[in-house]
Amino acid sequence: MAAATTVNYYTNYSGSRPCRMKRGRLSIKPDSEVLPICDGAVKRRRSAAVGFLCSQSQQHDSVEDWGNLPHHVVLHIFQYLSLVDRARASSVCRPWNDVFHIPDLWRRFEFELNQPATSYLKSTHPDLIQQIIKRHAQHLQYVSFKVDSCTESAEAACDILSQLVNCTIKTLGLISTARPSFMNVSQSHFVSALTVVFVNSKSLSSIKIDDTPVDDPSLKVLVANNSDTLKLLKMSSCPHVSPAGILCVADQCHGLRELALNYHLLSDELLLALSSEKHVHLEHLRIDVVSENPGQTQFHTIKKSSWDAVVHHSPKVNIVMYFFLYEEEFDPFFCEQTPVTHLYFGRAVSKEMLGRIGLNCPRLVELVVCANGLEPLDEELIRIAERCKNLTAIGLGECEVTCSGFIEFVKMCGSRLTQLSIMEEVLVPDNSYSLEQIHNEVSKYLGRMWFPDMMPTW
Amino acid sequence: MVVNSVHWFRKGLRLHDNPALQEALNGADTVRCVYILDPWFAGSANVGINRCRFLLESLEDLDTSLRKLNSRLFVVRGQPADVFPRLFKEWNVTRLTFEYDSEPYGKERDAMIIKMAKEFGIETVVRNSHTLYNLDKIIELNNNSPPLTFKRFQAIVNRLELPKKPLPTVTRQQMDSCWTDVLVNHDERFGVPSLEELGFKTQRLSPAVWKGGEMEALDRLKKHLDRKAWVANFERPQINVCSLIASPTGLSPYLRFGCLSSRLFYYELRDLYLKVRKHPNPPLSLFGQLLWREFFYTAATNNQNFDRMEGNPICVQIPWDHDPESLAKWAEGRTGFPWIDAIMTQLRQEGWIHPLARHAVACFLTRGDLWLSWESGMRVFEELLLDADWSINAGSWMWLSCSGFFQQFFHCYCPVGFGRRTDPSGEYIRRYIPKLKNYPNRYIYEPWNAPETVQKAADCVVGKDYPKPMINHAESSRLNIERMKQVYQQLSRYKGLSLLATVPTIQEEVEPPAMEDSGAHSSNDVCPAQPSRKALLRKRERPAEMQRAAACTQPKVQRISSAEGSADDQQ
Repeated sequence: MAAATTVNYYTNYSGSRPCRMKRGRLSIKPDSEVLPICDGAVKRRRSAAVGFLCSQSQQHDSVEDWGNLPHHVVLHIFQYLSLVDRARASSVCRPWNDVFHIPDLWRRFEFELNQPATSYLKSTHPDLIQQIIKRHAQHLQYVSFKVDSCTESAEAACDILSQLVNCTIKTLGLISTARPSFMNVSQSHFVSALTVVFVNSKSLSSIKIDDTPVDDPSLKVLVANNSDTLKLLKMSSCPHVSPAGILCVADQCHGLRELALNYHLLSDELLLALSSEKHVHLEHLRIDVVSENPGQTQFHTIKKSSWDAVVHHSPKVNIVMYFFLYEEEFDPFFCEQTPVTHLYFGRAVSKEMLGRIGLNCPRLVELVVCANGLEPLDEELIRIAERCKNLTAIGLGECEVTCSGFIEFVKMCGSRLTQLSIMEEVLVPDNSYSLEQIHNEVSKYLGRMWFPDMMPTW
Repeated sequence: MVVNSVHWFRKGLRLHDNPALQEALNGADTVRCVYILDPWFAGSANVGINRCRFLLESLEDLDTSLRKLNSRLFVVRGQPADVFPRLFKEWNVTRLTFEYDSEPYGKERDAMIIKMAKEFGIETVVRNSHTLYNLDKIIELNNNSPPLTFKRFQAIVNRLELPKKPLPTVTRQQMDSCWTDVLVNHDERFGVPSLEELGFKTQRLSPAVWKGGEMEALDRLKKHLDRKAWVANFERPQINVCSLIASPTGLSPYLRFGCLSSRLFYYELRDLYLKVRKHPNPPLSLFGQLLWREFFYTAATNNQNFDRMEGNPICVQIPWDHDPESLAKWAEGRTGFPWIDAIMTQLRQEGWIHPLARHAVACFLTRGDLWLSWESGMRVFEELLLDADWSINAGSWMWLSCSGFFQQFFHCYCPVGFGRRTDPSGEYIRRYIPKLKNYPNRYIYEPWNAPETVQKAADCVVGKDYPKPMINHAESSRLNIERMKQVYQQLSRYKGLSLLATVPTIQEEVEPPAMEDSGAHSSNDVCPAQPSRKALLRKRERPAEMQRAAACTQPKVQRISSAEGSADDQQ
């Protein structure tokens, strides 16, 4: 009975998604026309399900064998199937239905919460959500919520979170697929829902809560309950957290290896705390530098000694910085050596700033520049090629480089440039090279075919 | 036997280089040139007034030219399937001719008409002249799938023979040998309708910036070539504020409606190049605009869902927002970003905007700022933009929103900085948004940052006389780049930190195009090609199954299962 009732919402849920199977996995897929719709269709369902599992036609007695397969075999097969296919298979017979509910299959779940008015994506069926809360909450370990830009969706996610009381969740992700709707949920609602998970699941290792109203007190609760297990914390653009709030996490959670946050939370104290002897090696530090309007935000500088401490303690750490600043706001950055590895500039950045990067970013691996002024960047690029020995990827949008300067840059870097994405307009033809020649020259130095990126003329 | 021909105009609204029309004339006793206009469709909301006016002017122009040849244009109200049986009988038609339409909807309609004509015992002659090349041939040479990169497309085009030479225009002599019976009440029954007749309000309509018709097209072509010859520069032009304004040498709307033959344009350009440069092999870049057009026509010809995300195998599935209010602000030029609003105003008033301006507003609507679906932007362009061919419009929108063709998505056009690079003093903005004309250069792209005194002095207070910016660009581009990364990481299964490596490579880009002789056999092969050595050397590691899949077929983009994905990286 349980099987018959569960199936409906799984299939509804999958309604407009013909292809849920990852490429390369078992591609078992029943005919859509034999989807079980009501209890009456049991027989057809059975034959269909068996049909898709067996390549040759089956005798009646071997059908019974399928039902008698040992649990662990069915379980193994089920692990290759998507939830929808498992649900379909579970309505074949009682033994398969039992396997369907085995905890191993419920460790990982993604709640999708969308409103028809704001998103074309389907949602997880409410009945399924209820069933999970009732029957499988204690099995959940890797949980994520994907919500659209509607506040109701984020509120629904919070409601589910507050019911996850008897859980041992290890990873939690709150993901806004469009605009950040968690920011529109009342802070108290959000924080109380989140603390339910923090308090009840005492072995959280990974938390992604970018663009949410999480605050200092809730981080304190996190630390109090999960300090031994926390390894990853992503909280870019969480305006209610203060530098002191994040410092408390760094001080207590010595296993923290990955951290994503906004620049205003980054402090010398934080970097030193992450580099203390008790702390594990940091693997990944992601920093977003965002400003609202020019002149409104003053950016502090981080001391060279603090950066040095980080690299000394964690020599392999990747430091990723995304900048969304006005040109005139860049003054505090890269005046001294900075161990950044990946740089992205979402808005125009000055020639001078790029010059400083060549001087002060010896660990640079990837540099992506969306826009720059109208002066060619030849010198800056050549300096970067000279001094940034680890550089393997570069992307240039609205910038200018002369063809000769660019060839020189590529020649110096050679085949270590595994990613080279340059808009065609960036390259300014000069006496030495035309646009036609440049593709040959660059391909020669890279050791592979290369073309500039093009935009349609339309 | 008497031959009574009907030539059916759809696109291809011209008498020069019109092979199907030539077929109609060939040995015929009577010839009638027909255009079928569905008044309901023409007057519907998704056809803007400029587009409709351009069409009617083109029809007027055709009629004028035909009069000079002692003939007329027959504009028939209705739908082809209803109209033709009537005409076939009334005119005792024995031959029907029209230009080949490569677009899926057109192919379907034409197949039906051909079948219907056959039932009437009518011979149908179809000729290709809207595109330079036979698109099916390009697809065949690319292992039976349309090329997904422009480079690949160019490589294939390079191996094709030159396009067919344009045919001369229809002459009086040719027309004289075939009689067209024109009734006294011709204007009443078959005249070109007015905008009012189609339900448009024309009281406050400003004069057309782009005048439709073949005569205008040929005139512009001449000017276009004069300018090219004068500049003697076939490289890409420097973009400045003048480029943004409609130019009397622009040709794209004329190519779209077929007032100008793409082959004529091609050969005129080529001849000019040979004359000025004295170089026997003009580079493909000379024909950039024409080839891009061809590229998108090729990509769309066998894909019915080319204009939508769902069910479109080359379109990346991106969870766009749905927000009619924001869409309306964009479409009506009320975003609060003067650069974007000026472009949308020009588009609505004149029916044309510069390619860079298209990039700017398309990026702003989709992956750059508003995170709304490219389909909704495409529909607005379809209504307003004179040169929005179905294939090119949809293809370009997919391209610009990074939904297809595997573009790097890191480059996001800034709604403030991008325009400023092109037009530092904001002349363009002052022209289309007169409210802002007194703003100093410094604030013309970002009036909300101007001090209150400056706003008052300029007589335009932000929030009162001109809208506040509808979105914080820095914040939204930060969010959107993360969203794009999420989408592309699922596609490429790339888990590293590099932003550039998130975009999967297209196998075809690194492989040489199929050999001339292999094209014929390859359809029988189980798996056309192993990844070449070069391809294996290339770039980051990818799961083996992805490489195999990419090598065997065109890279299809699937909606990735999300119920099981994404938690992978949380452990």
